[in-house]
Amino acid sequence: MSKNLKEKIAFWIFRILSLGVLLILFWILEFIFVRGWHMLSWDFLTKMPEDGMTKGGIYPAIIGTLYLVAGSMIVAFPLGVMAGIYIHEYTLDSFFKRFIKLMTNNLAGIPSIVFGLFGMALFVNTMKFGDSIIAGSLTLGLLALPVVIRVTEEALIAIDDSFRHGSYALGATKLQTVRKVILPMAMPNIITGLILSIGRVSGETAPILFTVAAYFLPKLPTSLFDQVMALPYHLYVISTSGTKVAESRDMAYGTALVLVLFVLILNLLANALRKYLGNKVKMN
Amino acid sequence: MSIKRIIEKIIEGALMISSGISSLAVLLIVIFLFREGFSLFSTSPLENKNIIVVNKTNPVSKLNAGQIKAIFDQEITNWKDLGGNNDSIILFTINDISNYFSDEEVGAEFEFLPDKLNALVDSNPTMLAVYQDKYLAKKFSGKIVNVAKNNIPDFIMGKQWFPTAEPAVQLGVAPLILGTLLVSFFAILFALPVGLATAIYMAEVADERLRKILKPVIELLAGIPSVVYGFFGLIVIVPMIHDVFNLPVGETALAGSIVLGIMALPTIITVSEDAIRNTPRSMKEASLALGANKWQTIYRVVIPYSMSGISAAAILGIGRAIGETMAVLMVTGNAAVMPKSLLQPVRTIPATIAAELGEAPAGGVHYQALFALGCILFLITMAINIWVQAISTRRKMNK
Repeated sequence: MSKNLKEKIAFWIFRILSLGVLLILFWILEFIFVRGWHMLSWDFLTKMPEDGMTKGGIYPAIIGTLYLVAGSMIVAFPLGVMAGIYIHEYTLDSFFKRFIKLMTNNLAGIPSIVFGLFGMALFVNTMKFGDSIIAGSLTLGLLALPVVIRVTEEALIAIDDSFRHGSYALGATKLQTVRKVILPMAMPNIITGLILSIGRVSGETAPILFTVAAYFLPKLPTSLFDQVMALPYHLYVISTSGTKVAESRDMAYGTALVLVLFVLILNLLANALRKYLGNKVKMN
Repeated sequence: MSIKRIIEKIIEGALMISSGISSLAVLLIVIFLFREGFSLFSTSPLENKNIIVVNKTNPVSKLNAGQIKAIFDQEITNWKDLGGNNDSIILFTINDISNYFSDEEVGAEFEFLPDKLNALVDSNPTMLAVYQDKYLAKKFSGKIVNVAKNNIPDFIMGKQWFPTAEPAVQLGVAPLILGTLLVSFFAILFALPVGLATAIYMAEVADERLRKILKPVIELLAGIPSVVYGFFGLIVIVPMIHDVFNLPVGETALAGSIVLGIMALPTIITVSEDAIRNTPRSMKEASLALGANKWQTIYRVVIPYSMSGISAAAILGIGRAIGETMAVLMVTGNAAVMPKSLLQPVRTIPATIAAELGEAPAGGVHYQALFALGCILFLITMAINIWVQAISTRRKMNK
C-alpha cells in the first residue's frame, strides 16, 4: 500500500470519527428538542407542579436553580477572582504559588458526589444549616471556585507584560496597576468564564442531593434556610423514581429541554460577550 | 507609611487569604470525609446496640459479620463450622420471645426479660441469642461473643454489600469498586480512539472553518448537565441495548460505559488537542522535508512527541468517568453484585453514595460506610490528579 493511500485512509477515519462526535451531539439535542418542544409554554415555566408532578409546570424548580446559581456565584466569584489575581499578579514562582495551584487543581478534580458528602457533613450536620439554600450554595460555590480561579488566571496570563511595565513606569503602585489597567482588560474573559461556570453549576445534581434539593415542594422559599426544588434534581426524580414515571415522561422531556436551553443560552451569551467585549477592549 | 500604602497591604492580605481558600477547602474535605469514614472501623457491624450471647460452656467466642449473616441465612447451622462442638445452632432473636415465655413471665414493662433471657441461654448450651445490651441481666452468667469490628481488609475485599442487613450489616465494597472500574474502563476504551481521532483531525487535518464548527460542539458537549446525559441514556440507549442484545433489562454496565464514554469525550479531545498543538513546528517541518507525508508525520513525529499529553488526557478522562454520579446512577441498573459481564447491571461507588445516603441515618454504620466509600473515591481521583500533574510538569521540564 502506498503511503499516500495510507494517508487517505487514515484521514478519512479521522473525518468519520469527528463527524461521529458531531452526530452524537446532534442526536442528543434532537432527542431533547423534538420530544420536549411541545411542552414548552408560558404555563410550563410559571406554574406549580400538579398531580404528583405529572402535570402543571416547573416554576419552583426554575426559581430554586436560580437561587442556587446566584448563591454559589456570590461565594465563588469574589473569592475566585481575588485568588486568581493573587496567584498571577502577586506571587512569584514560589513554593507557595505551586502549592496553591496544586490544591486548586486537586479541588477541581474532586468528584461532585464527594462535594455532596462534604457539604452534608459540614454545612448540613456540623454547622446545623439543615437542608437549605445556604448549605447548597456554599457546596456549589466550593465546586465552582477552582473553575473561577482558573478562568481568572487564564485571563490574566493573556495580558502582555508590557502593560504592567508601562503602568509601573508611570509611577502606579501594584494595586493601581491591577485595578486600573489589568482588571479592565481581563474582565471580558473573566466574565465569559463566569457565565460558563454558571452553566456548570446549574446542571449539577450530586452536590445538591443531600444539601438542599427537595423532592416536591410546591411553594417558593422564604428564607436562606429553606429547601428548594432544582431543575436537575427534578429531572432525575421525575424520570427515575416515583410510581408515575410513565405519566410524567412529558414533564421530564420539558424539564430536560429547559435545562439544556439554559446551558445553550449561557454558552451563546458567553461567546457573544467574548466577541463584543473583546472588540471594545481593542478599540480602547 | 501613608494610608494608601496601608490600604494596599490590607488588600494584598485579603487577596492572599482568598487564594488560600481552595487549599482550606481541600483540607476540610479531607478532614470531614475521613473522620466520618474512618469512624466506621471502630464500630461493630451489629446495629442497634445488639449483642450476641451464648452459653458459657460454648467454645466459640469470636464471630465476624459474614459468619453472623451465614447463620441467619441458615447457611451455617452447626457450631462445628464456627470452630465449636458438633451441635446444631439454636437461633434466638428477641422476636422469638413469645415461643419461650408468656407475656406475664416477661412482665408488662419487660422488667423480668433480662433474667429470663439469661436463664434461657443457660439452659440451652447450643443457643445463639441476639438481643440488645439493655436486656443484659445483672447477674449475667452466659458469654458475650466478641464480634469482629468493621475493618479495612474486609471492607475492601468483601463481596457482599448489604448495608441494612439485620442483625449484622455486610459492608464489602469489592463489587462497587469493580463496577466502577469496569464501567470507566470500557467508557475510555470507546472514548479514547474517537476522542484522539477528533483531536488529531482538529489540530492537524481540518481547516480553520471546520475547526470553528467543532470547537463549540465540544464545548457544548462538555456543558450538557450529567443528569441530561443520564436521561438520554435511560430513554434512548437503555432500550436500544435491551433490544439489540435481547436482555431482560437494558440497564447494564454497557449502557453506563456508552454514556460515560460520550461524557468523557470533551475532556479527552480538549486535553489531547492541546498537547498535539504544542508539537514544535520545526519538528513537523523537518519530517515533511525528509519526504514524509502528513500522515507519516502525525504517526511518527506528532503522536510520539505529544504522548505524555495524550496519556494525561486518557487518565483525566478515566478520572471524570470514575467520579461521575448521576448519569451512571440512571442507566446501570444499580445491582451490587460482582460484575461478570458488560451486559449485567452493575453499581458504581458514586451511584451507591447518591442512591443510599438519603436513607442512611446520620452517624449510623451505613452512613459511615458511605463516607468510607467517599474516601475511596477521593483517594482514587486524587491519585489520578497527582499523576496527571506529574506528567504535565515533566513535559514542561523537558522543553
